[in-house]
Amino acid sequence: MTEPVEVLDCRGQRCPLPVIALARRLPDLPVGAVLRVLADDPAAAVDIPAWCRMRDQDFLAAHPDAYDVRRAT
Amino acid sequence: MSPSPVYLDAATAAPLHPVARQALLAALDDGWADPGKLYTQARRARQLLDAAREATAATLGVRTDELSFTPSGTTAAHSAVLGGLAGRRRAGAVLVHSAIEHSAVLHAAERHLTGGGTATPVPVDRLGRLDLTAWAAAVRAPGVALAALIAASHEVGTVQPVAAAAELCAGAGVPLYVDAAQVVGRTAVPQGWSVLTASAHKWGGPPGVGLLVVRKGARWESPWPADERESGRTPGVLNLPAVVAAAASLRAAAADAAAEAARLTPLVDRIRARVAAEVPDVEVVGDPVDRLPHLVTFSCLYVDGEVLLHALDRRGFAVSSGSSCTSSTLRPSHVLEAMGVLSHGNVRVSLHRETTEADVERFLAELPGIVADLRAEAGVVGL
Repeated sequence: MTEPVEVLDCRGQRCPLPVIALARRLPDLPVGAVLRVLADDPAAAVDIPAWCRMRDQDFLAAHPDAYDVRRAT
Repeated sequence: MSPSPVYLDAATAAPLHPVARQALLAALDDGWADPGKLYTQARRARQLLDAAREATAATLGVRTDELSFTPSGTTAAHSAVLGGLAGRRRAGAVLVHSAIEHSAVLHAAERHLTGGGTATPVPVDRLGRLDLTAWAAAVRAPGVALAALIAASHEVGTVQPVAAAAELCAGAGVPLYVDAAQVVGRTAVPQGWSVLTASAHKWGGPPGVGLLVVRKGARWESPWPADERESGRTPGVLNLPAVVAAAASLRAAAADAAAEAARLTPLVDRIRARVAAEVPDVEVVGDPVDRLPHLVTFSCLYVDGEVLLHALDRRGFAVSSGSSCTSSTLRPSHVLEAMGVLSHGNVRVSLHRETTEADVERFLAELPGIVADLRAEAGVVGL
């Protein structure tokens, strides 16, 4: 499953806010669900994959200003 | 009462070495004349400049006619890149560089691109170490005029495989430029390069003095308008008192370098271990072993880098950060980005000859509470 079940709009927010929003929301979704984070802060491109690695979650894909994360644990 | 200041940003500028201060004051009296003129005062200035060049060349293990002083480390880096490209324009217009070069090198690369040239950035791994396989392919490609590699990362401390990279360059017939700003006066200067630069305020010299070394026989052509000073490599009259101070302090720093490295390396090990153990959700980055003796970088999850710097400053700690919110461009550090490590909440700590064990202990004692307070204020505890 790679289609997002939910979209989190963090456009206009500066890091670490998009990462914090992701960390708040992902645990509420079922394991296997995909969350798309919209973020236009350039740091999100680095920090969202890094957060996934630190928290053992699956970073699926980066699109322009959008990042797909799957809850793995 | 405000806390006593603890300066931990030597990688930006080390405090002035006492030898530099002494030499600077003496040279202000004696070295104000233009060393290029033909009268007594000028001859005295020329003697000072010659002595500074001889001492610096001897410390670096290079010939005096290979060494030029520049108005800054940045100017030296610009000269190295643009001059190295200009001297090899008949070979091609491709600049190969690591993804983690200093911004001075990258800005010179941008100028090269604007002028119609091309650039090939070479990636690093998670520890910030050059990908030698990609480097080999990049320097062997047709039309490469120059390759640029930083000796050790100024942001995360990882020492680069310069010897191996230099061998690959030699095999491909490509000259190598090494930015040695963080190693000169601290650790052994690598071999195998055609052009090398450094910056005096990184080793305890005054600001406003750079070193540009062009190996005899290397194809390098000044990118600046013609000027006969400094073998035609850098225009303008030198700040001679600062050059004299830079040379004197480099000799002193190099003489103490092994002892200082032996003293600072375990302090950095202590910071790496204690920060990882005592600050939750922190990523200590860079190579833990093959690294500079005096520099360590870590990122604190969910913490705003700028807010963290201000909080540390209020407690007397001066540190640097690669987080986007601390940069004028609002982009995260290209070094952290290339490594793929957390960029927010980033702190770079760099030690120097005045840093004491007590300074480090106070930093380590206060940091966990400062980070915990910021996380509590932001409401991110337990995320």
